Amino acid sequence: MPELLLELFSEEIPARFQRRAAEDLRKAVTNALVDAGLVYEGAKAFATPRRLALTVTGLPVRSPDTREEKKGPKVGAPQPAIDGFLRAAGLQSIDQAQVQSDPKKGDFYLAQINKPGADAIALLSAILPKVLTDFPWAKSMRWGTGSFNWVRPLRAITATFGSETEDPVVIPFTANDVQSGQTTFGHRFLAPQAIPVRRFDDYVTALERAKVVLDIDRRKDIIRSEAEHLAFAQGLSLINDEGLLEEVAGLVEWPVVMMGTFDPDFLKLPEEVIIATIRANQKCFCLRDKSGKLAPNFIITANTVATDGGAIITAGNERVIRARLSDAAFFYNGDLATPLEHSIPKLEDSIFHAKLGTQFARVERLVKLAGEIAPQVGADPERAKRAAMLAKADLSTGMVGEFPELQGLMGRYYASAQGEPADISTAIEMHYKPLGPTDQVPTEPTSIAVALADKLDLLTGFWAIDEKPTGSRDPFALRRAALGVIRIITENGLRFPLQVEPDLLSFFHDRLKVSLRDAGARHDLVDAVLSSDSTDILQITQRAEALSTLLSSADGQNLLAGYKRAANILAAEEKKDGKNYRGTVDQGLLQGSEETALAFAVDAVNAAVASHVAADDYKGAMAELATLRAPVDAFFEAVLVNDSNPDVRANRLNLLARLRNTMHLVADFSKIAG
Amino acid sequence: MTNRPPHLDPKNSFQGLILTLQNFWAAQGCVILQPYDMQMGAGTFHTATTLRALGPRPWKAAYVQPSRRPKDGRYGENPNRLQHYYQFQVILKPSPPNIQDLYLQSLAEIGLDSALHDIRFVEDDWESPTLGAWGLGWECWCDGMEVSQFTYFQQVAGFECSPVPGEITYGLERLAMYVQGVENVYDLNFNGGTGDDRVSYGDVFLQNEQESSKYNFEVANTEVLFRHFADAENECRAILEKSAEGNRHTMAIPAYEQVIKASHNFNLLDARGAISVTERQSYILRIRELAKSCGEAWLQTEGGSAA
Repeated sequence: MPELLLELFSEEIPARFQRRAAEDLRKAVTNALVDAGLVYEGAKAFATPRRLALTVTGLPVRSPDTREEKKGPKVGAPQPAIDGFLRAAGLQSIDQAQVQSDPKKGDFYLAQINKPGADAIALLSAILPKVLTDFPWAKSMRWGTGSFNWVRPLRAITATFGSETEDPVVIPFTANDVQSGQTTFGHRFLAPQAIPVRRFDDYVTALERAKVVLDIDRRKDIIRSEAEHLAFAQGLSLINDEGLLEEVAGLVEWPVVMMGTFDPDFLKLPEEVIIATIRANQKCFCLRDKSGKLAPNFIITANTVATDGGAIITAGNERVIRARLSDAAFFYNGDLATPLEHSIPKLEDSIFHAKLGTQFARVERLVKLAGEIAPQVGADPERAKRAAMLAKADLSTGMVGEFPELQGLMGRYYASAQGEPADISTAIEMHYKPLGPTDQVPTEPTSIAVALADKLDLLTGFWAIDEKPTGSRDPFALRRAALGVIRIITENGLRFPLQVEPDLLSFFHDRLKVSLRDAGARHDLVDAVLSSDSTDILQITQRAEALSTLLSSADGQNLLAGYKRAANILAAEEKKDGKNYRGTVDQGLLQGSEETALAFAVDAVNAAVASHVAADDYKGAMAELATLRAPVDAFFEAVLVNDSNPDVRANRLNLLARLRNTMHLVADFSKIAG
Repeated sequence: MTNRPPHLDPKNSFQGLILTLQNFWAAQGCVILQPYDMQMGAGTFHTATTLRALGPRPWKAAYVQPSRRPKDGRYGENPNRLQHYYQFQVILKPSPPNIQDLYLQSLAEIGLDSALHDIRFVEDDWESPTLGAWGLGWECWCDGMEVSQFTYFQQVAGFECSPVPGEITYGLERLAMYVQGVENVYDLNFNGGTGDDRVSYGDVFLQNEQESSKYNFEVANTEVLFRHFADAENECRAILEKSAEGNRHTMAIPAYEQVIKASHNFNLLDARGAISVTERQSYILRIRELAKSCGEAWLQTEGGSAA
């Protein structure tokens, strides 16, 4: 069966767009094929710095003929309705329509529309230019005299169609002033000649010969394995960096991996600084020695095979890295020579947010807040205040100015270098954490106090100026901050009631629900333990856990069934009687052993549950509730609630109400499904 | 590569590098201009780029532009940073289909042969907030070092560029240091001379860096600079007012020169730390507004409109 080969050859496509663009190309073309009635067997897309390529296999030569029936108006309908039908069905006159009889509706017109299939090549030559015109680039541009948009100038198009046994045909179309054909080009330097292309198979082989590896994942594998090989030969190991690997694979068509070295004297710098310098500026990989220490070596991925074996390329890269590390050392030593406190006044020049003032004002708020939070999380208020005061000082250091991603970390280095106590320097780094659901959570009290202060100040501040996240828009990462607070509280087992405005509290509740759900909790259980005024995150989590444990036991399940039965009866009878039963049981009216047994059991459990809850022992409380299963089952087995004696009936309804109230001490069981 | 005497070989000579680039781009039909006679932060500010980028007329030019970055001054003590350095600027409008190849040929001319060097086009989107200009392109890497900026201008002074100019900017000192293999800019051989005839970059510019750094950072009178800024702003508007005659303009260039002045004064004030972060944005916006008005005026002159 015929296959399609499409290649869009351009100037260098930014690395970060390539994978996505290949996927977008595959989707756009295959969707359009299906819409045009061209079913296919398989499609795969590829990207290199200079090309997007797509192969679609198992295509038909023509789209199938189709036959469609279109119902028209009734016979004798007004002329405008008839005319509209003729237009819609593409008929010249009403004689061309059939008349169909319907026992209910009477006679009406019916048009048979036969659509003959179309030639795949003709369809493709209409589809492909449209795919190019509508391509969803995040950022695109014009060039020369054209008005066409592409990510960078589009220079050639290969578009062929045909089966294995025949010479494929070019699908004719133009985009801008580029005419489709069957000529591509190899590696920019190693094989720049034009290459005639027929089908995907010979295309891939020809490119490979012309020093182009089409598949980004293969380029990644080559880079990774050659880098590991070079590292191994020197007794070193590669520091894995998936993001960098993906980027580097998008910068080369023919990866050539080499090792360079730098002066070991630079190893006096914090390793994070060295890695950030080499990674961000040079897009090179770093290495470790056997003991896990950073090695004075790095891995270069060049895009060419140099005639001197790469000596000049390596030397050039080493030269740049030497200059960059000298810069970094200059910043680092300059920063070290200045006490962190001296950097704080400079924060007055740095705007945190136009409506929320400077970073300096923020630090003042953090100091106050951290001092208030400290006693609640077992931290020394003075230590927490000191840490908060220094927490943002590194923002005005040279190193963080150069590498913003090192914020916090540099503060820690500089603080410990100037002799700050360990908990304070740790807090400077850890107060930003956790940055995501898998990031480390601060565990030391001083760090916890500052981390909570940082996030709560952020949230209350943006709430105060009404800059809340909406939909997918969360430019200040407020969701992350709220989740951070939740994780700090729950993972450290903190009793830390959130004293925030109701709207922000409900934002926390939403985040908590998401996080509990992500952790596998049933959402109805979360609802059952959460009320709009719950401020104690830890308690909510513990209740949800305990409830989940209870309901996973047979006792729990049966108790829930009993509860539902009681609640249903109560609801019906309360509605009938127009009153609520409060749960005040008259022991004198209890009849029979099952009813008496339940009344006494509920009494005992109520007291026990209340004391467990007071002690935050939700497991204990749930275990107590579980003991109600047998008396509840026995009660419903033996007793008819709606007794003919109204006093007995009312007393039984009160007993059920007392059961309900008792269970509600722990959770709102009415919200639980099943 | 052409046969040239050793004193003009970019490997030995800073001016040889400049002359090689000039000859190369002259051969591509560019007009070789001399530097604009005003202080500016980058070659882009030259009217041959900003103004000529606008409007329908084709234009090909190449020139050296001394670029002033007062904040980058290091009193001549840093081997890589200068407050005054040279950019070599090429503008080709409309950008020709072989513009990347031409650029690579120019690198080969100055001794960066792609058979020995790893040359890469790495994504870099260019934006000049003061000029209201942006474009897409790359920084060009040679063996991991950025040696040029390559930009397809999309907008200048807030107006769409049509046709689209391609702009190539070479950082001459950095390029020369790599080609000559020196680690310190002041050690560059300027004239290609040997022995007593050798003149270094330091011989020419070290004193200038020392003196200008001191002036920029310590001495420049901020009160006067603020006044100059306001003067330039007012003068620009006054010129534009008198420039308008019906739907034509007669003084777009003199008005734009005031934008260049305002911008340089802003850079000096910035180096003196006289502009706070909050005010910074508003100064940039003020310059941009001027630039936009000048761009608009230019489009109503002969050079900026269809023949």
